[in-house]
Amino acid sequence: MRLIFDIALTHISGRGRQTIVAMLGVAVGVGFSIAMAALMQGGQDDFVRQLVDTMPHVQVTDEQRKARRQPAEDLFDAAAVSGLRPRDDRRGIINPTAALSWLDGWIPGRFAATLKAQGVIRYSGQEVGAAVIGIDPQAEPRVSPIIGDFKAGSFAALAAGGNNIVIGDTMASRLGAKLGDTITAVSSEGLSRRFKIVGLFHTGTTARDEGEAYVLQKNAQILSARPNAINEINIKLDDPNVAPAVARRIEADLGYKAVAWQEANESILEALVVRNVIMYTVVAAIMLVAGFGIFNIISTITHEKARDIAIMKSLGFTEADMRILFVLEGVAIATAGTLLGWALGFAMIYALSLVRFELAATGQEMTRLPIAWSMLHYLIAAAFALGSAAVAGYLPARRAARSNPVDIIRGAT
Amino acid sequence: MSTLIETRDLTRILQETVPVTLVKDISLKIDEREFVAVTGPSGSGKSSLLYLLGLLDRPTAGTLAIRGRDTERMDEGERAATRLANIGFVFQFHFLLPEFTARENVEIPMRKLGRLGRNEMRQRASDLLAALGLADHLDKRPDQLSGGQRQRVAVARALANDPPLILADEPTGSLDSKSSEQVFKILETLVREQGKTVVAVTHDLDMASRMDRRLQLIDGRLSTQSEDATLPSENGPPHG
Repeated sequence: MRLIFDIALTHISGRGRQTIVAMLGVAVGVGFSIAMAALMQGGQDDFVRQLVDTMPHVQVTDEQRKARRQPAEDLFDAAAVSGLRPRDDRRGIINPTAALSWLDGWIPGRFAATLKAQGVIRYSGQEVGAAVIGIDPQAEPRVSPIIGDFKAGSFAALAAGGNNIVIGDTMASRLGAKLGDTITAVSSEGLSRRFKIVGLFHTGTTARDEGEAYVLQKNAQILSARPNAINEINIKLDDPNVAPAVARRIEADLGYKAVAWQEANESILEALVVRNVIMYTVVAAIMLVAGFGIFNIISTITHEKARDIAIMKSLGFTEADMRILFVLEGVAIATAGTLLGWALGFAMIYALSLVRFELAATGQEMTRLPIAWSMLHYLIAAAFALGSAAVAGYLPARRAARSNPVDIIRGAT
Repeated sequence: MSTLIETRDLTRILQETVPVTLVKDISLKIDEREFVAVTGPSGSGKSSLLYLLGLLDRPTAGTLAIRGRDTERMDEGERAATRLANIGFVFQFHFLLPEFTARENVEIPMRKLGRLGRNEMRQRASDLLAALGLADHLDKRPDQLSGGQRQRVAVARALANDPPLILADEPTGSLDSKSSEQVFKILETLVREQGKTVVAVTHDLDMASRMDRRLQLIDGRLSTQSEDATLPSENGPPHG
């Protein structure tokens, strides 16, 4: 094998310029593939991280997936129920204290109960539609993504009691209100209450910054005329990946709809899978093009070395030896190109990681390109490069190995 | 002497649009330590016979046995192994690998066979080349050697694995008379002093007359086997 390796190296080093061009083709392919994979993976990770961070891992609401069974259906084998009148409003989670106590016994993470009600915030003749969320200021910071996004004040300011409210800075801006001002919240039930702004947050998510207002749970219950009610339990798990199992258990035991973050974003996650398929298809296409360069050089070498092939076969080399020789040449070029491509890819990723952006138009702020540093990208690009090189080398190698040495010797003499 | 090569009705037909008969019904025996010339006009099938004997080509019909073993029962790997260990080729043109030095060219068959260690291979290659008068040219590439020197390197390469059989296809065909005589003497020495069997295709009747036996081919058929100097001419019936 060492002999074949030596002959292979001699062949490709004898064709310096062509070898370098083919090698560079592979290097550029590998380098760009790595950079592209790092960017796309980085974007995806960033996106998923935002999903995981900004929403509860499991959200329990006072809804049910199926219509509740009527007592008559439980009592009789055959029962027909008609003319049911739907409730005007949902009652919230029944017996919330017991439910929260039960969750506290086994949930691998933290949770907080809230009462969310739709309403309008008014100030100085301006109106903004908002979700008025009643929270427990002690429990909420353990699950809320907003806790790190306060520009002024905090949830703790709510705990002091009184009619205090925390709103997003965009909402404040639209209302023309500032910290310390008193705004009016009007619920869908028509009840209104005045609140003093004690906190401003900025998450970067427009819908949240413009449409959410946090008050004490008690105040929200009063505002929506639902004393002691809660209608949401937001759960943050130590391991977000176990969310579906946790949601299933809650749903089975409590009977309320529990949605894991994966379920809530199923179509987005599916789109990410499709995006990955597209990305690796593009990587494969890039490496295929690089493979053409290798095919070209190996074809040229096998053509030029036809006499050497005949001689080596006359010396006792087998067809398999000849195939290995030329595949090895292709793989050797690809290996050198891959190593160079790794360095190129690393340099490109590093350069991209230094780039800073300020994008606010989409409602999201991005201060740098999201980049994933993963050895897997390097290995996948190398696997594509070496695989395509092996195929590109094998095709002319097979043809050369099958050639009849007698025909070549006769032609040469 | 024991038989090294035995053929029976050996035939090779090229399956072209119009089939071309290269050799036809050749039956012969070549013993160990024989120095055999294969002569005949151009296109008579001399080289084709040599390629069949050297297992580079497969016969269309007939049998070929080397040391009693039917070569048609060998697969491609066995035939390659037999060539590597038992047969040395010398062609009209040196056919050395141009990127390698004289010594590296001689080492290649040894490295492929893998019987010797690195240093032993290097020493044997040097010894073989020195014995052929190339001690000062070990590290030269083929393009730095004269035609005669290249051919001697090719002979050294053919002897690298100490094969019992040397097949030479017009080994002096591209050399001047002085180099031709040198190469002939080397081949003769291989038979007389080292006990090799040499089968050489040649157009040189004088050279053929100095070998032990001459096989004359005409139109792919063996026309004459002669063991004396009274030889048929290249293009016609025997003379003298």
